[in-house]
Amino acid sequence: MQLHQLTAHEMHDLLINKELSSEELNNHIFDRIEAVEDKIKAYLTLTKEGALERARSVDGQIQSGERIGPLAGIPVAVKDNICTKGIRTTAGSKILSNFIPPYNATVVEKLAAAGATIVGKTNLDEFAMGSSTENSAFIATKNPWDTGCVPGGSSGGSAAAVCAGEAALALGSDTGGSIRQPASFCGVVGMKPTYGAVSRYGLIAFASSLDQIGPFARDVTDCALLLGVISGHDPRDSTSAGYKVPDYTTFLNNNVRGLKIGVPEEFMAQGISPEVRAAVERAMSLYESLGAAVEYTTLPHTEYALPTYYIIAPAEASSNLARYDGVRYGFRAAEVADVVDMFMKSRSQGFGPEVKRRIMLGTYALSAGYYDAYYLKALKVRTLIKQDFDRAFEKYDLLLSPTSPTPAFRFGDKVDDPFQMYLSDICTISVNLAGIPGISLPCGFVGQMPVGLQLMGKYFDEGTLLRAAYTFEQNTDYHKEFPKI
Amino acid sequence: MITEKDVDHVALLARLELTGEDKEMFTRQLNDILEHFQSLQRLDTEKVQPTAHVLPLKNIYREDRVGEHIPRDDALANCPDRVDNYFKVPKIV
Amino acid sequence: MTQYETVIGLEVHAELKTRSKIFCDSTTEFGGDPNTHVCPVCLGLPGVLPVVNKTVVEYAIRAALALNCRVASFSKFDRKNYYYPDMPKNYQISQYDLPIAEHGYLNIEVKGEVRKIGITRLHMEEDTGKLVHQGNITTTPFSLVDYNRAGVPLIEIVSDPDMRSPEEAYEYLNKLKAIILYTGVSDCKMEEGSLRCDANISVRPAGSQEFGTKTEIKNMNSFKALQKALTYEAERQIKVLKEGGRIIQETRTWDDEQGITLPMRSKEYAHDYRYLPDPDLVSMVIDREWVEEIKRSLPELPDDRKERYVREYGLPVYDAMVLTNTRELADYFEDCVAVYPNAKTVSNWVMGDLSRLLNASVVGIINCPIKPEQLGALLQLIEKGTISGKIAKTVFEEMFATGKAAETIVKEKGLVQISDEGAITAIVEEVIAKNQKSVDDYRAGKERALSFLVGQVMKASKGKANPELVNRLFKERL
Repeated sequence: MQLHQLTAHEMHDLLINKELSSEELNNHIFDRIEAVEDKIKAYLTLTKEGALERARSVDGQIQSGERIGPLAGIPVAVKDNICTKGIRTTAGSKILSNFIPPYNATVVEKLAAAGATIVGKTNLDEFAMGSSTENSAFIATKNPWDTGCVPGGSSGGSAAAVCAGEAALALGSDTGGSIRQPASFCGVVGMKPTYGAVSRYGLIAFASSLDQIGPFARDVTDCALLLGVISGHDPRDSTSAGYKVPDYTTFLNNNVRGLKIGVPEEFMAQGISPEVRAAVERAMSLYESLGAAVEYTTLPHTEYALPTYYIIAPAEASSNLARYDGVRYGFRAAEVADVVDMFMKSRSQGFGPEVKRRIMLGTYALSAGYYDAYYLKALKVRTLIKQDFDRAFEKYDLLLSPTSPTPAFRFGDKVDDPFQMYLSDICTISVNLAGIPGISLPCGFVGQMPVGLQLMGKYFDEGTLLRAAYTFEQNTDYHKEFPKI
Repeated sequence: MITEKDVDHVALLARLELTGEDKEMFTRQLNDILEHFQSLQRLDTEKVQPTAHVLPLKNIYREDRVGEHIPRDDALANCPDRVDNYFKVPKIV
Repeated sequence: MTQYETVIGLEVHAELKTRSKIFCDSTTEFGGDPNTHVCPVCLGLPGVLPVVNKTVVEYAIRAALALNCRVASFSKFDRKNYYYPDMPKNYQISQYDLPIAEHGYLNIEVKGEVRKIGITRLHMEEDTGKLVHQGNITTTPFSLVDYNRAGVPLIEIVSDPDMRSPEEAYEYLNKLKAIILYTGVSDCKMEEGSLRCDANISVRPAGSQEFGTKTEIKNMNSFKALQKALTYEAERQIKVLKEGGRIIQETRTWDDEQGITLPMRSKEYAHDYRYLPDPDLVSMVIDREWVEEIKRSLPELPDDRKERYVREYGLPVYDAMVLTNTRELADYFEDCVAVYPNAKTVSNWVMGDLSRLLNASVVGIINCPIKPEQLGALLQLIEKGTISGKIAKTVFEEMFATGKAAETIVKEKGLVQISDEGAITAIVEEVIAKNQKSVDDYRAGKERALSFLVGQVMKASKGKANPELVNRLFKERL
């Protein structure tokens, strides 16, 4: 086992036992990045100096006998749509290619307060719009298990970084599956917390009512630790919930006895690969054998989730992305006749095709004459989808499904057909529409490519998700596999 | 059915300048996507309340207090074009 | 010949006097170097989020109650999407289908007739930044943007199309301003842009029930401009119709220099604001108790106060209306009456000499150098006969210039009225001796000649002679 393959809690043990300094640990991670980054391309920006500076400060604390938190001195990667003061933040877009935020996102402040070192900013689909990270304006991140395959998206850089040992932990954002799907494709743990559990302040908005920041980790324990650090009420985010963050590690019990798990049959139907289905069924059997009650159930409005999502998210995006106009920051086109021409040219040259497509779709859905037919309709169907979950959770403690109907696909496979690309989100988007928490964890392989298991929980019941995920992990070895790069 | 003319109108609203090729592609793709979305129209939502927010949050306010302003140089640090302490833009009309 | 009727509705924006902006904690203070009263939120940087300033909601409710509006029990913010470089996000956070208040009214009085003008709605929104041009917007080679005003809270008050003349529009705006000033939520300064007014105007044949095609008039930067612009626009529309033309629905701008309205010169882009509920903000469920509490804290409003002045002080309606137009003036009046209870005399002084001096020196009543108690004391001196009414005017001017008390000035300048019969008799006799012609005229029945003679005495006594006494002495002798 190499250092970069350790989990954060294992690294923490080395640090507090003074077997290793945080500076050494971080240097090792940067060496690892140097060794594999050419092949993986997880990062858009590296922040070695800042990371080492914080590492030395944590080392100082350890030397002086201070107690340190579980993430102190631990290298964490941050998705590049999360604002970092003084560090370029691009959202994977040409239009923000030179944007340096003068402020930190709340989660970045929280990481700093926890003493975590920030390794760098990870690649993503432009403005988090995509499922393969192919929509980045800068680079194509590769799946560490097979560099001919996509890492998933939109948080492909964060997933690949954690998978390849280029960071111990990472932050991503999930609007329709952008944490869980790449976690699934890269064989790591990824969680989308309940909407409102983690502050969105400083997250470059894609679709405000769906976006949520969440953790990537190499095991469930690390996921719980990072979740604990980033969660909590933030007065700067009106949609942030006022709730007491529990100590998530207290849920890490190897015990699912009596837990009632529902498996929505709609998630096991359309377009699911037989191997993925088999892996999920094995997981169902495992839970049963461990004392959980597992049965099929139904979320009858599931077939409407995709169109609902692809109206609501682009509609919000079309408004959220209006601010990129070349006036205050970001890319401004040269040679313009007047302000309108500058807006048109800056945006047309600054945005990539998928972003434009969604802005067009969202603008259309909100425009006069179509609002009721599309946007309002979608908001109403969203109610029905949410009610499906409410009903299911009257009966079940959690729901189980594949994270994605297939393992990672190859580069270029779906770029020409946006609708096919959208279909890879089919199992994840309902969770965002309902606002409930979801976690993806490794549950098998198809060939050498990982398969992800998705668990979905009640509002603010991340604890039960973590407990079930932890139990699964304790009884399987998938999370111990590493890709050969 | 979305026509190229609709696409032109939407592009103008969204301040996007599309090439002929873009226009043709978006017309086709938006039609495809919206065709898939026709299924929504089948659902009777007459009596359903829209969900703009999933959480039952309400009345989130801040107190009327003045906080820190962004330092003068930071406010314009990312500005593509400036004159003194102003953002500069091309003529408006 | 067809007679035409004008139909006017006003959209008024008032900036609220909160300390911080509507969705962030930047200051709302007027002025400041460009782009210094800003933070990441009001600059619309990527990733920022709005949080509603509670005082904005409170002030909006306060204004709404004063305007007899129904305050919503459920309200929310929406995004109004359009592109303009003075808008940091290219959408304005405003309120669309569920404004904070609706269905209000206010009363105006034009030509002695009271008219009730309906208020459709009152909603909250954020202000935009400011564009600075070299010359004007059409000739400037480039423009500069200052976002200091971006995010300053506004209320927009939309009237029903209930006004039938530019005078009514003027009175409506005047009354609206008075009421808002009373509530203290805005300082309503048109010159600083904290009160702005756009108008919708159409004309129709008198007696018709249908509305004509309207135009929207912008850029009226004073009360006078409002009245001039609407008068011009109504005449323009009538002329077009009389010539068999059609009114085009458009936005026009008032050109104060030329005294005309002109179509707005902007490239034609379809207006489609694509409103959507702002997903960054949560809904507002307005607590009835909060509304009641705000209602209880409202001051007596102009109409009530006016009625009370007529009832309690026996003032003419006109006086009562003028005095209650601003809370400060009304307070001044009442403070003065507390010292000197003859309300009509106080009213005459406040509306006459005091207003004249205030206007001439561009001083607000708040900063009036003569405190209301001092004016009351001056009036007492007149009543007691210590000084004459004429001398009082001089003393008053002196008080205004120096802020000194009336008694002090009277003493310092020796202005006490001479009521000593002996002293005045001497002067009277001297005047009679020197002005034989006037004496003859008076005796021949020319009453005016007496005024001249009295005037001579006043002049000789430097205005200090008691005029009643002088009159009597003349009459005894002539």
